[in-house]
Amino acid sequence: MATDATAANGIDTDGQWGLWEVFTQAGKGAPHEHAGSVHATDAEHAMQNARDVYARRGEAVSLWVVPAEAIIASAPSDAGPFFDPGNDKAYRHPQFYKVPRGVRVF
Amino acid sequence: MEQPTTVTADESALVAAFEARIAAGESIEPKDWMPERYRRQLIRMMSQHAHSEIVGMLPEGNWITRAPSLRRKMSLIAKVQDEAGHGLYIYCGTETLGVDRHELVAQLLDGRAKYSSIFNYPTLSWADMGVIGWFVDGAAIVNQTILAKASYGPYARAMVRICKEENFHKRQGYEICATLANGTPAQREMLQEAVNRFWWPSLMMFGPSDTDSPNSAELLKWRVKRKTNDELRQRFINLTVPQAAAIGVTLPDPDLRFNAETNNWEFGEIDWAEFFQVIGGNGPCNKERIAARQKAHDDGAWVREAATAHAGKQRRDVQAA
Amino acid sequence: MAGHDDEEAGVAAGSASAVTINVAGTRGPSFGAPLVEYVLRLGDDRLVLGHRLSEWTGHGPILEEDIALSNMALDLVGQANMFLGLAGELEGKGRDADALAFFREGVQYRNALIVELPRGDFGFTMARQFLFDVYSVLLLDALASCAHEQLAAIAAKSLKECKYHLRHSSEWVVRLGDGTEESHARVQQSLNELWRYTGELFAHDEIDAAVAALGVTVDAGALQSRWDNMVQDVLQRATLSVPTDVVMTMGGRRGRHTEHLGHMLAVMQSVARAHPGATW
Repeated sequence: MATDATAANGIDTDGQWGLWEVFTQAGKGAPHEHAGSVHATDAEHAMQNARDVYARRGEAVSLWVVPAEAIIASAPSDAGPFFDPGNDKAYRHPQFYKVPRGVRVF
Repeated sequence: MEQPTTVTADESALVAAFEARIAAGESIEPKDWMPERYRRQLIRMMSQHAHSEIVGMLPEGNWITRAPSLRRKMSLIAKVQDEAGHGLYIYCGTETLGVDRHELVAQLLDGRAKYSSIFNYPTLSWADMGVIGWFVDGAAIVNQTILAKASYGPYARAMVRICKEENFHKRQGYEICATLANGTPAQREMLQEAVNRFWWPSLMMFGPSDTDSPNSAELLKWRVKRKTNDELRQRFINLTVPQAAAIGVTLPDPDLRFNAETNNWEFGEIDWAEFFQVIGGNGPCNKERIAARQKAHDDGAWVREAATAHAGKQRRDVQAA
Repeated sequence: MAGHDDEEAGVAAGSASAVTINVAGTRGPSFGAPLVEYVLRLGDDRLVLGHRLSEWTGHGPILEEDIALSNMALDLVGQANMFLGLAGELEGKGRDADALAFFREGVQYRNALIVELPRGDFGFTMARQFLFDVYSVLLLDALASCAHEQLAAIAAKSLKECKYHLRHSSEWVVRLGDGTEESHARVQQSLNELWRYTGELFAHDEIDAAVAALGVTVDAGALQSRWDNMVQDVLQRATLSVPTDVVMTMGGRRGRHTEHLGHMLAVMQSVARAHPGATW
C-alpha cells in the first residue's frame, strides 16, 4: 500500500472511516507501545478517538496515532534472514566478556 | 490479507508447521500463514464476542437513566462504556484477519452473526444491574481469563486488556447485590427475584455441553479455546455458590449440592430447549436488541457521512493550496 | 441580555410557566443563602446535561463516538456530584449530593433551560454541547480564581475536563456544518432552535450580585462578549450562520423550566423515590 501521507487519508473506498494505529506512553520517559486502533477521518479526529478509547483510565501521558497503511511491517518470510543472524552474536552481549574476580563495579 | 507468495511446501506441510507452532505455545500473528479454517473460526468467534459486548450495552444501558445514586450512575455509565471499548478492541483484532468492522456490523444487523444469548433477556429492576455484573461479568471473566492465552496474538492481547479493565465490573455488580441484601425487605426481594431470573441464563452463556458443541474440538486443537464449555461452566458455579451464600441469596436450583470427591458443586438440568430458542432468535428481546442497534446505525449514517465528506474537503483544500 | 428582562421572558417562555410560577416564584427558605443557590445552578447544569448525554450510551453513531459521549457524561455527572456536594454542605441541612439530585422537584432545580432539552439527533446534541462548553470553559476559568476556596478547586478540576469537551464538540460542529448538505441543514436547524436558550447563560441577577459581594466574581458582560467571539469563530469555520433576531427564553435559574425537565426527573428519580431512606 501507499506510504505517502496523502494516501493515509482516513477514508476507505466503501466510505468506512480509515484505520489508525494507536500508541500510548504509560509514563514520562517510557516507550510508546501499541495499544490498539481506532477508526477516524483525519489526524485530529484519530487523536481524539484514541484519547477517548485508550486513555480513559489515565493509562497514558502521550499518544501517537499513525494511519495503519503507513506502517511497513517485516514479512513472516523475512523472519529467518532478518532475525536469525542476530541470534549467534554472543559478543554483542555483556555476558560474553569475563571480568576478573573481585571487581564489582560492573 | 496478504497471502504467502513463496509457497515452497504444500498445504499439508504448512499445516503441520502451523500446528507445531501452536503445540509449542507460540502465538500466531496477523501476517503469519494460517489455515483458512483457523482464520474463519477466529473471525466467527471474535466477531461473536465483539457483538456480544456491543449488544450487551443495551440491557444495562436501559437503567443508566434510573440509577438511584450519582455514584451508581457513574459506575454504570463507565461499565457500559467499557463494553463499547471492549467491542471496539475485539473488532480491531478481527480486522487484522482481513475483515472490516463495517462488514462485521452488517453481519450482526442482518442476523448472520450471533451474540451471547444472555443479552436477549430483559432487565426489569435495578437489582438486575447488580446480578448482571455478578453473574454475567463473572461468567465472562472465567471465559476471558482463558482466552487471554488463546493462540492468536491480537485476540489474546485484546483479552489481556479487557480482563484488566473488567476487574471492576464484577465487583461493582456484587457490591450492588451485597448492598441490596443488607437493605430493606423490598430491596432484598428485588435482589432474589433478579437472581431467580438470571441464574439459569447465565449458566447457558458457556454454550451447549461439549458433546453438543459443533466447533469445540477444532477450537481446542488450535488453542483458540483452551477449556471446554462444561469445564468453564463448572468453574463458574464453584466460584459463585459461596458468593451467594455470603450475601444470603438462594440460587434457584434444588439439585445444587457439593460433591466432596470431585470438589465440584453439582447442579440440575439446564433447559437447552430454551437456549436454542433464544440463540435462534426467539428470546424475549432478540428483536428489540437488533432493532436498537439498527436504529443507532441508521441514525448515525448521516453523521458518519458528514465526517467523511468534511475530511475529503479538507484534503482537497490542502492539495489545492 | 439585560438581567431585568428575565422575569418577563420567563413568563413568556413556556406554557408550563403559567402554572408553576406560584410554586417557584419565590425561593423557598431552604435555598436562602445566595451561595447555595449559585452552586446549585452550577451543579444542576452539569447533572442535567450529563444525564442527557448518558442517554446516548449504547446508541451513538459509531463506537468511538459512543465512548466519547459517555466520557463527557461521566465528567459532567462527576462535576455535578462535587458541586451538589458543596451546595449541600453550604446549606448545612444534612442534604448530600444524592438528596439534592433525587429528592428535589423540577421547580427546585436551578439549571439553565438549554441543558434540559431532549437530546434530539446527534447534531442537536453536539450543537448544544458546543454552546454550553464555550460558556462552561469561560465561567469555570473565572471561578477557578474566585475567593471561595472549595468552589475554586472544583472549578479548576472541572475546567480541565470542559476544555477537552470544547475541543471535541467544536470539531464536530465544524465537521457537521461543513460536511454534507444534510448535515449542514440539520445542525443549522439545531442551532436555530437552541439559540433562544443561550441568553439565559449570561443573565445577571441578584444571586450573581450577592455572590460577587462574597468574592465570587464573574463579569457576565465580558463572559458574553468572549462567548460571542468564540462561538462565531467556530460557526464561521463550520460555514454555519449565527441566528439573529431571536427573543430569548429564560427561567431555569428560578425553577421555571420547560416541560421536558419533569419527564426527565420522573425517570431519573424513579428508583430512588420508590424506596425512600434506602441505601444503594
